[in-house]
Amino acid sequence: MNALRAGRRTGDRIFFATLTCFGIGYILLILGMLLADASFTTPAALRAALDKPEIRHAFGLSFITATITAILSIWFAVPIGYLMARRNFPGKALVDAVFDIPIVLPPMVIGLSLLILFQTDMGQHMERWSTELFGVGITYEVPSIVLAQFAVSCAFAVRTLRVTFEQMDPRCEAVACTLGCSSRQAFWHVVLPAAWKGVLSAGLLALARALGEFGPVLVFSGATRMKTEVLPSTVFLELSVGDLEAAVAVSLLLVTAAVGCLVLGRLLGLRVGR
Amino acid sequence: MSLQLERCHSAVGSFHLGPMDLHLPQGAYGVLMGRTGSGKTTLLEVIAGLLPLTSGRLTIGGQACNHLRPADRGIGYLPQDGALFDTMSVREHLDFAPRFQGWAADRRRERVDELAQRLALTDLLERKPPGLSGGERQRVALGRALAARPKLLLLDEPLSALDEQMHTELCQYLASVHQEQGVTILHVTHNPAEAERLATHHLRLENGRVLPIS
Repeated sequence: MNALRAGRRTGDRIFFATLTCFGIGYILLILGMLLADASFTTPAALRAALDKPEIRHAFGLSFITATITAILSIWFAVPIGYLMARRNFPGKALVDAVFDIPIVLPPMVIGLSLLILFQTDMGQHMERWSTELFGVGITYEVPSIVLAQFAVSCAFAVRTLRVTFEQMDPRCEAVACTLGCSSRQAFWHVVLPAAWKGVLSAGLLALARALGEFGPVLVFSGATRMKTEVLPSTVFLELSVGDLEAAVAVSLLLVTAAVGCLVLGRLLGLRVGR
Repeated sequence: MSLQLERCHSAVGSFHLGPMDLHLPQGAYGVLMGRTGSGKTTLLEVIAGLLPLTSGRLTIGGQACNHLRPADRGIGYLPQDGALFDTMSVREHLDFAPRFQGWAADRRRERVDELAQRLALTDLLERKPPGLSGGERQRVALGRALAARPKLLLLDEPLSALDEQMHTELCQYLASVHQEQGVTILHVTHNPAEAERLATHHLRLENGRVLPIS
């Protein structure tokens, strides 16, 4: 009996030690990449890279477009997430799968698909409409960066918000409705205030995704210096001209921004990316 | 308002309720008992309009309600665990129904103060549900259901999380609300003493049917 217990205890230890080994292995890979980046460059090289006007432009453009993308993603993801969490309708599983397509598609394919979409009659019409209204087209212009980032980021925001709404007790809205609220009022006054953490998590996740988006932006917007170059494009451009130090410096900027989003989320008690 | 169910059926997944017949005249205090899982909560949700009827006829105050939205039924509903709104203060809870039913600001303020006093919530008005005890939460939920002076009150175990003294006080309060306002009440409980004290109509839910208890 004692031998059996000792055997179980040893088996448990080996089991959890194996799990820990997998965890440590992956953590070492992640930290190793970050440390390698950090050790490759010096503060002076970082400053020199950041002093380049084209990198400053890419930095500003990245943050502006990613912020617009995050706001747009929340704008769309809140109603979609709520609808998917609360309503059952024929073909819901199919619609759900469609919302996940941008997550599983190769990034380049998303960019190419957008490029083709804007070559169709409808796309050309939108190009003309955008030019008339804002004085700027879409493809290979700044709006295309937002659109490319949005195509991917919104899917992550939808997923986060759907889980948020699913975890909320639907009876609160139901009770609000018995007390005189319409569904719209129950949503605005009861559901949305209670979901603020999920909304903020989705926004931070969308921002982090948008900042790092490269494939769709490269194909749909190009990487024209001082025009449609965002930070991930800068890494690519600097690598292609052999300036490894500048590429690493910009990579570190992107790492800092992404980690900043995660840390901010955790500090606010959010579940960013979880 | 009277409450009448005629040959009503409802279903939630594989759980079927019915055929249910129930008549509570205007001003009646019906207490519904039954085993756990017999469908008492489902019945209240059907009457509140939160679950659809698959067949039969439901009338509240003589008005057919089968397709009436919950907000238009003129009811107050207190669900089993209160279902309070965590982001709202006690004051906002008590003000909720009058606000969305278009009461004037002065009248709303008076009603909140009156309810807070009757339910011993005056010192808790600015607190939010996560900072309340079980009994306090139950009183807030009761106050929220009563606030707009509904003509039909649906109470799902409203006194279950209270200490003995508060239980006695709220029993008295419910009896006085019933007498003073002439409101029709359907109250679900497992407590026979509570039923004995409050009910004018004793009911039992068994095998999906509502049976009167003599």
